[in-house]
Order: sequence, then structure tokens, then C-alpha cells
Amino acid sequence: MCLGIPGQIIEILPGHGDLAVVDVSGVKRNVNIGIIEETLKPGDWVLIHVGFAMARMDEEEARSSLAFLRGLGQAYVDEMDALRDSQLE
Amino acid sequence: MRFVDEFRDPELARTLAGQIVALGEPGRHYKFMEVCGGHTHTIYKHGIEDYLPPSITLVHGPGCPVCVIPMGRVDDAIHIAEQPDVILTSFGDMMRVPGGHGSFLDAAAKGADIRMVYSPLDALKIAKQNPSKRVVFMAIGFETTAPSTALTVLKADADGVANFSIFCNHVTIIPAIKAILDSPDLRLDGFIGPGHVSTVIGCEPYRFIARDFGKPLVVSGFEPLDILQSVYMILKQLAEGRCEVENQYTRAVPWAGNARALQAITRVMELRPYFEWRGLGFISHSALKVTDAFAAYDAERIFEIPGVRVADPKACQCGEVLKGVLKPWECKVFGTACTPETPIGTCMVSSEGACAAYYNFGRFTRERVREAART
Amino acid sequence: MSQGRDTVPPAAAWAEQAVRESADDAELPPNGVGTPHLTKEQQVLARIERARRRKPKLREERITMAHGAGGKATHTLIEALFLPAFGNPVLERLEDQAVVGIGGVRLAFTTDSFVVSPLFFPGGNIGDLAVNGTVNDLVVSGARPLYLSAGFILEEGFPVADLERIVKAMAAAARAAGVTIVTGDTKVVQRGKGDGCYINTAGVGVIERDVSLGAAGVKPGDTVLVSGPIGDHGVTILLARGELDIVSDITSDTAALGGLVDSLLDATGAVRCLRDATRGGVATILNEVAKAADVAVVIDERAIPVRPEVRGACEILGIDPLYVACEGRLVAIVDGAGAQTALAAMRAHPTGAGAAIIGTVKDDPPGLVLLKTQFGGTRIVDLLVGDPLPRIC
Repeated sequence: MCLGIPGQIIEILPGHGDLAVVDVSGVKRNVNIGIIEETLKPGDWVLIHVGFAMARMDEEEARSSLAFLRGLGQAYVDEMDALRDSQLE
Repeated sequence: MRFVDEFRDPELARTLAGQIVALGEPGRHYKFMEVCGGHTHTIYKHGIEDYLPPSITLVHGPGCPVCVIPMGRVDDAIHIAEQPDVILTSFGDMMRVPGGHGSFLDAAAKGADIRMVYSPLDALKIAKQNPSKRVVFMAIGFETTAPSTALTVLKADADGVANFSIFCNHVTIIPAIKAILDSPDLRLDGFIGPGHVSTVIGCEPYRFIARDFGKPLVVSGFEPLDILQSVYMILKQLAEGRCEVENQYTRAVPWAGNARALQAITRVMELRPYFEWRGLGFISHSALKVTDAFAAYDAERIFEIPGVRVADPKACQCGEVLKGVLKPWECKVFGTACTPETPIGTCMVSSEGACAAYYNFGRFTRERVREAART
Repeated sequence: MSQGRDTVPPAAAWAEQAVRESADDAELPPNGVGTPHLTKEQQVLARIERARRRKPKLREERITMAHGAGGKATHTLIEALFLPAFGNPVLERLEDQAVVGIGGVRLAFTTDSFVVSPLFFPGGNIGDLAVNGTVNDLVVSGARPLYLSAGFILEEGFPVADLERIVKAMAAAARAAGVTIVTGDTKVVQRGKGDGCYINTAGVGVIERDVSLGAAGVKPGDTVLVSGPIGDHGVTILLARGELDIVSDITSDTAALGGLVDSLLDATGAVRCLRDATRGGVATILNEVAKAADVAVVIDERAIPVRPEVRGACEILGIDPLYVACEGRLVAIVDGAGAQTALAAMRAHPTGAGAAIIGTVKDDPPGLVLLKTQFGGTRIVDLLVGDPLPRIC
């Protein structure tokens, strides 16, 4: 149900509309991209589950997720600093 | 690894943990259920609970498609494997699941041709390479895996592979969650929602949980930071008096799901009127079978399966563990009659079952393990 | 054809029996006077510990693949069947080799059988494994490996050209390891009764060093080292079988470790225990050590060397590199004070270039292996029952 791994498309296999070679950390496997609506190209990232691509990974979303978390961290640090400063007065 | 290591960053984990503590109401205890077995696995594998305050308990839900397969269906599959000229293909997860008379591994020891595959496409390949054999694929999984099985059947049909069929044991997630919500002995404050199922069904199907049952649900990714962030998001909703469905896993889950995947499923499969779930009993419209149009690929129609039901031992409390009512160690046979070597119930055998996860990864009390790992 | 929902189904006999047999274990000990008050969870965990330490019982009627994987099923088979039958103090140490004394000379003696499929894989073939595997089991006791025997079980129809390749590889591996194959045997079984070629090698070596290596000597405060990236061999074999359709550049790490061990033992007297990580991987060895010495082994996930491709393959399949077989890797447990010297000595040798310190030994909780995860959490690394199986969930 759940084991999905991000992999990068190396090439779309010619003549096999639905197959792409996907790379995961240097290891390659043919993956069926039949249920992906968007047109995929080499360099795109997909989520792989049992030899099928389930979704295209959105790099922007990933970046903004991490940025949010880092922002949370900074906000927390700022708040703790403010708390500390206010106690000193 | 891209999209993986960034979401395992311990620095970000620490700040999230701080935020989680800050959001909790003093004196209040929270119980969140992670529905999906893959989430249970991640929680234990990475030791995520070390980052949660004692006021937060994670309860393990029924989203383990291997755990909920009744022993009788395993026996049916073995019966098929024992027919002449049959090769049964299966994912690794199923190999050690005990039926009434042993597992696939035991059946293989007695001579059945049972082979492990990574993808249903590999099973199709085996069928093409062995035209004189009847190749049956043991199809399990929630909506995440059903499209892959469906596409494989469509491919078998397009390529004219007449010796290939599937033994369909796909189940659907919403009825399982509903069964949890309908149990009277449950007190939950929120749900960590399935991630990969949602890439197919989207986030809309969970609305009724917030609207009718008043519980927030956050669709979560599978890396440890995803889970921590989802806990944070649920707490934030509770703190702000909101109750809605949110998507934490935006990098992979589209709110509307995947239309093509759903189309593939509906072409090849349809809902059974009811299906028996181990530990949860009969649930209506909760599982899939092959449509008449693709009957030629339906192992249930090709083979006479015994369909004998096998009762769980009275001592087995898998059902209560699946519903999150009992923690693994609270089951009377946990660790004694039921261990990963000698699993009584599938919660112990499947690597993502709550009991196996707890036994393998979290057996010792949190404090003692944390103490020992301190350098 | 299925039974209706209202009928009461029969129960599974094996499960009922297991429950009956464990009924005694299920009794929780009362919280007696003077004993520390344990929470319910702690009591359950204590009960499990007692059950685990009990003599293992073989429940299966037939051998399954799990019995050959090096994990719990293998250990149960050894402890419940072989040990009681053969019972003697040398065997009971359950090290990689037997150390026996004859006329004032300490000899190391070992045997190993090789049934790998496919026979030929990136990085070598069954012949390399057959020599290196047995040599390594000898050198980890501190012995100088001397003589090997080689027994072949060949399947009718096996190509002679393939046998030649295997034998040439064995000759080369033996030369490299400094051993001679002095005796052997050949049998042929009917077509269908063997996987092409099975090989058994036994080896004997002499322990000239004044060392007494063994798991039982490991102490809290010791440091755990590994000689290079883990999991290469197991993943190579899994991918070479071709059923998973995964393509990579990973090759087997099969190698003779005599030179590395010599460098290490020449450099420092701090080495307590050496083990050759084979089936079951590093996790299995650490569990064996923790159990034999009754200590805790605590390792750091970020310190464990794993090649990116091995990691990629393991992530796709959902298996843990800690349990994947190696064939040319050493696990060394050394007195903490000698750790840096040991590390430098290993790294200076070609087969130890990727050596790393991966953890330490503590006294509590005894018998367990703990992992500090990359994420900063903690978890237990237990023995698997059988082979790590790829999963989809």
C-alpha cells in the first residue's frame, strides 16, 4: 500500500508509450508511467510503487514544505529569544 | 537521496518537536491514529516517538492490507497454488502470513510453485515466459496498488496473455476508517491520513471524518519529518478550533487524486457487496473483485476455490490492535505464543503490522532505549 | 462458493496449540515485596525477555527457506537440533570456526557450503565465495589459513566450461589468500536434483598469535568497527537473479580478509572479536555478539557506510542494508582505547579502505542491538526470522 520511492526519469522508452527508465540513487528500473496525466520528460521526478509511477513529484512543493519547516524553526528560535530577553528585564 | 534525506533532517525535527510541545494544551492527553501501516513502519523505523512528548500517543490503525486478509483467503490462494501447472506469484509481504495450515513459504516447502515478485508486471512476464503454466497473481493492497493490478490485467488483455489471472484481494480504505469511527470504545483526537492511497483517491473522500465525526485529518507523507509535521498540523487545528482535512504531502498528493488511476480500477474491478476483514468482521462495499468483462483473468472464476472460513484463535486480539483499542504489548499472546517467528495473527507477521513493528523496533521502553543510545 | 457469514468457522489447529503451550508464559509475575514496581508494559516486556531466553523449540515439520537465511530460524535449528545431538563445548561457542588444541598447537577449523544462485554474478562466481568464505572464517580467529578441502556436488548436464571457470576462480582465490586446496571430492546428482553446482569447503589454519578472539570477550566500552560499505554482495545477488528487473553497477564484495586481519592484529592488541559478515548481514553478527557477551551494542545509522546504489536498491525493495549479506567485510570489536589505531590500520589496507567506526558496546539493555537513527530517534535491531523479503507496504 505504502512503499513509494522517488525516482528520476532517465529516458522515456521509444515505442513503449508507457515505459520509462527511472533512476533511484544510481539503480535503474523500467517503470510504467501509464497513469501519469502530465507529459513526463527526462529529469522529472516520479513516485514509484510496485513498478508503476503513481504521481509526478512536485519539486516546488517539496522546497516550500522544507522552507516552511525552516521558517517554523526560525520563528521558534525568535520566540525563545524574545521570551528570554523579556525575562531579563 | 533526493526527496528523502531532506525529510529526515534531525535539526528540523528538533524545531518541530519544540513547536509540537508548545501547541499542546497543558494537562491534555492526545491520541492520534495513523491509519496506514506504512506510517506505522516509518514511525518505528526512525524512532519518531522519541520526538513526541508523553502527552501524545500514536495509535496504530487498520491500514495494513496484508494484516486484514483472513486466514481462509490465504488457504484459498494456497489451494490455487497446489493445482497442476500453476505458478502463484506474490509480493514478499504475503510469504509468511499464516493461513489455517501454514503460509506460502510452508506451501512452497511442500512443493507448490510460489514465486515472489516486486511488480504485477513481473508476474505477467512470468506468464509470457511459461505458456504451458497458469500464472496467478495474488493481488493485495489498498487503492494505491489496485491501479497497478488493473493496468496489468489490461496489458494482459491487450497482449493476449491467456494464461494469466489475478486472485483479487484488494480492499478500500474509507470503509476501514469508518469501522474505526463507528466503534464505541475509541477515543481519538485526530488522524494521520494515508499518503499513497491519497495519490489515487485524493483528499475529498476524507471530508466526512471532519464534517460528521469532528476529527481533523492530515494526509501525510512517509518520511519522518512528514509525520512530525502532520502531528503539528493536527495540533494546530485543535488549538485554533478548526476541524478539516489538510494535505501535508503536497509534493506527491494532488487534492483531486488521479483520474486515470481511478478509471483503470473501475474498468477492471468493482466493489464486492461485502468482504471479511480479519479482526474487523464483514464490512460492506469494502473490497474489489474482477468485473464480468475481464472474467477470463479472474482466478476466482477459473479455479474452484474452497472458500472455507477459518476462525482466529480466541486468544488472538488482532482485531482490537487493528482498531487501535489495544497496544501490541497489551495483547495476551504478544511475545509469548505470538512472535515474529511464530506469528499467530498477521499483525505480527507483516512487517508493517503494529505488533511486528513494535516487537522489532520498539520493544524496549522508550526511556531505557533512549538512555542507552545517549553518547 | 464461500460459506455464509452466519456459520461458525473452524479454528486453525496450529494456532490453538501454540496458545495452549504458552499459557504458562502468559502468567505475569506478581509485583512482590521488595521488587521495583513495574508498569504493566514493563511487566509484559519482562515476560517476553524470559520467554526469549528459554531454550528454543523447533516447531516446523519441514525445512523452509527461512532455516537457511542465518536469522532466527537458523539459530533455532542449530540450538534445538544440532547442538543437543552433537553437544560439546567447542561447538557450543558457536563462533565462525572451531579452535582446538593438538600437541600444544592451536588449530582453527571450519566449514562452509555454497549454494548461491546465480553461479556467476558481477564481481565473481561461486568459486570465489567458496574459497574466500572459508578463509575468512579462519582468519577471524587470528589464524593463518593453511589448507582447504573442496567438495563438489554437480548436477547432471552442468556445462564443463562453467565448471572450469569456477575452478579457475578458486585456484586464483586460493593463491591470493595463501592457501592450498589439498583434498577434495566430486559427486554428480541427477538432472533436477541440484542447482548446477554446490560446493562445500572446509579449512584448517594455525593460530600462532597470542590472541584469544571471541564474542564472549566483548565488554562495555568497546568500539564497533566495520571494514567497508555493507550489503554489496546480497544486493548484487538479488539483482543478478533478474526477477526484479533492476539494473545497477553494484558488484559483490567477495574478498579474502587475511591481509586485513594481519594488518589489524599487527597494529594493536586491542581487538576483542572479529567476525566475517555473511548471510544475515552486520545486524545478525551484532545480535550474536550482544547475546554471547550479554551486552548492548549501540550503533549510529549515520556512521554506517552504505554505497548509494545499494541504498537505492534497498529503498526500492523495502529491505534494510543491515541484514543484507556481505562476503568481504569484517566486523571488529576492539577495546575503546585502541579504536583509532584499529581504524587507521584497517583504512591503510586495500580491503579496509572504507572502514568506519559504527558504534559502541554498553552494559544495558543486555542482549540487544540498538540503532540511533539518521533522524535522531532510536530503535531496536532484532534478528530477522528469515531472509529480508522485499515488501510493497
